[in-house]
Amino acid sequence: MSASESASAYANAPFSAAEIAAEGIKPDEYAEICRRLGRHPNRAELGMFGVMWSEHCCYKNSRPLLSQFPTTGDRILVGPGENAGVVDLGDGLHLAFKVESHNHPSAVEPFQGAATGVGGILRDIFTMGARPIAILNALRFGPLTDPNNQRLFEGVVAGISHYGNCVGVPTVGGEVYFDGAYSGNPLVNAMALGLMETEEIVKAGASGIGNPVLYVGSTTGRDGMGGASFASAELSEASLDDRPAVQVGDPFTEKSLIEACLEAFKTGAVVAAQDMGAAGITCSTAEMAAKGGVGIDLDLDKIPVRETGMVPYEYLLSESQERMLFVAAPGREQELIEIFHRWGLQAVVAGTVIDEPMVRIRFQGAIAAEVPSAALAEDTPLYRRELMEQPPAYAQAAWDWTADRLPSCDRAGLADGKSWTAILQQLLETPSIASKNWVYRQYDHQVQNNTVLMPGGADAAVVRLRPQLIPKAQEAGTYNRAVAATTDCNGRHVYLDPYEGAKGAIAEAARNLSCVGAEPIAVTDNLNFGSPENAVGYWQLANACKGLADGCRAFGTPVTGGNVSLYNETLGPDGTPQAIYPTPVVGMVGLIEDLTAICGLAFQGRGDRLYLLGIPLGQPSETVTLGGSEYLAAVQGTVAGRPPRIDDALELAVQATCRTGIRNGWIRSAHDSAEGGFAVALAESCIGGNFGAVVTVPAIAADQRWDEVLFGEGGARILVSVAPEHINAWEAHLNDHLAGRWQPLGEVTGTGTLVIQTDGGDALITAPVADLSDRWTHAIARTLEG
Amino acid sequence: MKFGIIVFPGSNCDRDMQWVAQGILGQPTRAIWHEETDVADCDVIVIPGGFSYGDYLRCGAIARFSPALRATVEAAQQGRYVIGICNGFQILTESGLLPGALIRNRDLHFICDRVALRVERTDLPWTSGYGAGQVITLPIAHGEGRYFADEDTLKRIEDNHQVVFRYCPAPGQAVDSWQNPNGSLNDIAGICSDRGNILGMMPHPERAADPAMGNTDGLALFEGLVAQALAIA
Repeated sequence: MSASESASAYANAPFSAAEIAAEGIKPDEYAEICRRLGRHPNRAELGMFGVMWSEHCCYKNSRPLLSQFPTTGDRILVGPGENAGVVDLGDGLHLAFKVESHNHPSAVEPFQGAATGVGGILRDIFTMGARPIAILNALRFGPLTDPNNQRLFEGVVAGISHYGNCVGVPTVGGEVYFDGAYSGNPLVNAMALGLMETEEIVKAGASGIGNPVLYVGSTTGRDGMGGASFASAELSEASLDDRPAVQVGDPFTEKSLIEACLEAFKTGAVVAAQDMGAAGITCSTAEMAAKGGVGIDLDLDKIPVRETGMVPYEYLLSESQERMLFVAAPGREQELIEIFHRWGLQAVVAGTVIDEPMVRIRFQGAIAAEVPSAALAEDTPLYRRELMEQPPAYAQAAWDWTADRLPSCDRAGLADGKSWTAILQQLLETPSIASKNWVYRQYDHQVQNNTVLMPGGADAAVVRLRPQLIPKAQEAGTYNRAVAATTDCNGRHVYLDPYEGAKGAIAEAARNLSCVGAEPIAVTDNLNFGSPENAVGYWQLANACKGLADGCRAFGTPVTGGNVSLYNETLGPDGTPQAIYPTPVVGMVGLIEDLTAICGLAFQGRGDRLYLLGIPLGQPSETVTLGGSEYLAAVQGTVAGRPPRIDDALELAVQATCRTGIRNGWIRSAHDSAEGGFAVALAESCIGGNFGAVVTVPAIAADQRWDEVLFGEGGARILVSVAPEHINAWEAHLNDHLAGRWQPLGEVTGTGTLVIQTDGGDALITAPVADLSDRWTHAIARTLEG
Repeated sequence: MKFGIIVFPGSNCDRDMQWVAQGILGQPTRAIWHEETDVADCDVIVIPGGFSYGDYLRCGAIARFSPALRATVEAAQQGRYVIGICNGFQILTESGLLPGALIRNRDLHFICDRVALRVERTDLPWTSGYGAGQVITLPIAHGEGRYFADEDTLKRIEDNHQVVFRYCPAPGQAVDSWQNPNGSLNDIAGICSDRGNILGMMPHPERAADPAMGNTDGLALFEGLVAQALAIA
């Protein structure tokens, strides 16, 4: 279509420019819709295109970038494109997992926004035939000193607690960061894991011409209208008026839906299944039809409703929760309907699979919409954008920063008189570092009886794997495998250097898994970014995707799926968009073959020897830096520098050594050094086990600063403790596999005091662990209490 | 000893309980669907944790009207063993099988944690596996677990020694600043009926009964029950 034809289609549209824009459709896209249909769309069709061509549903900006991710591997059974990825964990155990965002709904209605985020990701898992076994959450908020951020934080946590607890899936891990970049645009990413309960993985592609199409689950109402397009636009004051675009969750119905669906799948009568998430009936019919290369003819009059007087547009765009679409084997629909009715759920035959590749929607005897399925779900618009040639000015300015700009310091502390002990105390009270017990105490993290390491007790969650059918006596003890899971992303690092920062998220996730003894296996990613239409936004997105792709290759962890959330920006009163830190959250799963060979982060006994794996203290390295560190932000009030560069070979060697040490029973605790650097990691291991420690830092290089040594981040570092009887075997292994990249540091003590000293015996930090523990444990609750 | 585990829509600890009864203890075990009216084949009836019927009205308020619970009331009156855990305890108080009520936690938040409990009596089948005054650690996970009763009722259950488990400071924990996790009156975590055959408790013994998971402080409760039943048989 020429530019003039395109302009003419738009100009002659039976809709006003405002009506078209309200659906999130751009003028060129409108013309393209007319070309595909050979006519103007009607109101309902316009709405269907609006949601299906949103970034949330079709990845029109990110698809070219996502294509560089590695997606195959020995253990990968299902990669991107289905409701969730599936990996093989051996012993016939197949794990489905995925992460998804619910950022914008949570910004305007934190409780329901977060609750339905959990509900949505769980449906992605059980739609595949897997029983959900764990939930993790990656959350980002503005500073907790602001009452509005407190409201969002408390609301989101309450929403997750409400939904996850009721539905009976343990919330076992995740992360929470607080930073001004997320004020007004919090991030709520939920990740779920499930263990396949059916023999076959249930997929989404419709097949079998004439097969009945079943609508099951809850009723349809006007709630959540157009949520997908809403999720793909910037937030403004006016967004608060979009509250109807936020769905309302019912975890009780979801719990029944899980049981009914798994029961239904086991009958073998379900040919395909798709949950109704974003864009509800529109998305599920279009995707099932397009994936199967067929069409679906659906009658809206058959759909069970919760309110009267709805028009096709509302049926089609409703995002009422806890609904699914099935294709059933011919003649077996009644069998399925009875299962759902027994669980008190709706189930009706609402349509048929047809040969013609169309989504045809009927309403009150007439055809309400008729669109080629591929036009909605497969052959969607694609935008290739130009990458700016030079890094943006903000990044170049940040990279000019060096530690020389910091106030001078010595062994006692900063020149302004602040001691290193006081700074450690301050860092432990920083909400991003402080204990998240206020959060995870509100989540049932033990239901299902498989949670091996509790939240806060280790660098990754560990969940025992056992078959879903309850075994007979004496077999119970024979299930010895576990899955470990983590979510990671340091948004500040990604902001300062999208490539290294994103790669760093992969490295950190793999490191966290290694710290519990798990072998990293696969990744699901949630790309939370600002607008890609902005040159800087696209530069961040493109470089971060490259970093993720390279990271996944380096660590042997293919991507099996995920989610893209763009336009995470708030429009200020003057209309200038303010983007969040680019935050590509990495959800990674790992395998533990022997449940008895795992470890947490807490010190286990006095006299255990401490070792630092990775770049030794006092050894200058470009992989260890204060650039982008929590110390720089929290203590010096500066966001600058280059974040740590990731040394793949070093990371891999350190992580493998840590896993071997755990498997051989040498290592009794392992904790990675991340935000706050070595000193914070050491303090956290002391607090976790209620032990003291004495650590001696060897002589440092002449140009090194003490804050760099204590609080610098990076270096692939893991702090481990080893029982004295194993140190010979352990050190021999270190010399063979990690020569020059490890350091003995001191030992765990029973004195209740943390001491970090120079090799001359001068104290750098001396603090009672009880005091550090009190600050770290209660910081978030105290901030909320004001 | 045959275990029957009631499954309401919204129950979510029924499978965990089944794992313990059948997988760990090796006892015959079956699910009792909430619409069933005949539970005569079960020696012990477990009302598991969860959110029966969504618990949107009030915890346990709907479940008490279910056919399976009516059958359970009859079985309990005949002296059969009935245990309600978490939501099951709430249902037992709603149905009047146990006195008192469970209301919103003191701080209004859901609490998931591991807490110390003192076993107050060991002359019951439920607690015969514990030592007198033994302090155990069990998981809790509830939003409405604050035990409440009027003064007369409270006095009655104390006088009758119906308190089976009481929250207490963990060994080594400071006693003077300690308070129980949810605000329960008299630190009550679990009580039994007059005759002792009905036990209701907020903590989850079934979450501390699998050696692969570490803590097994809850296992003795079920083992004690099974041993008692064998002794009688």
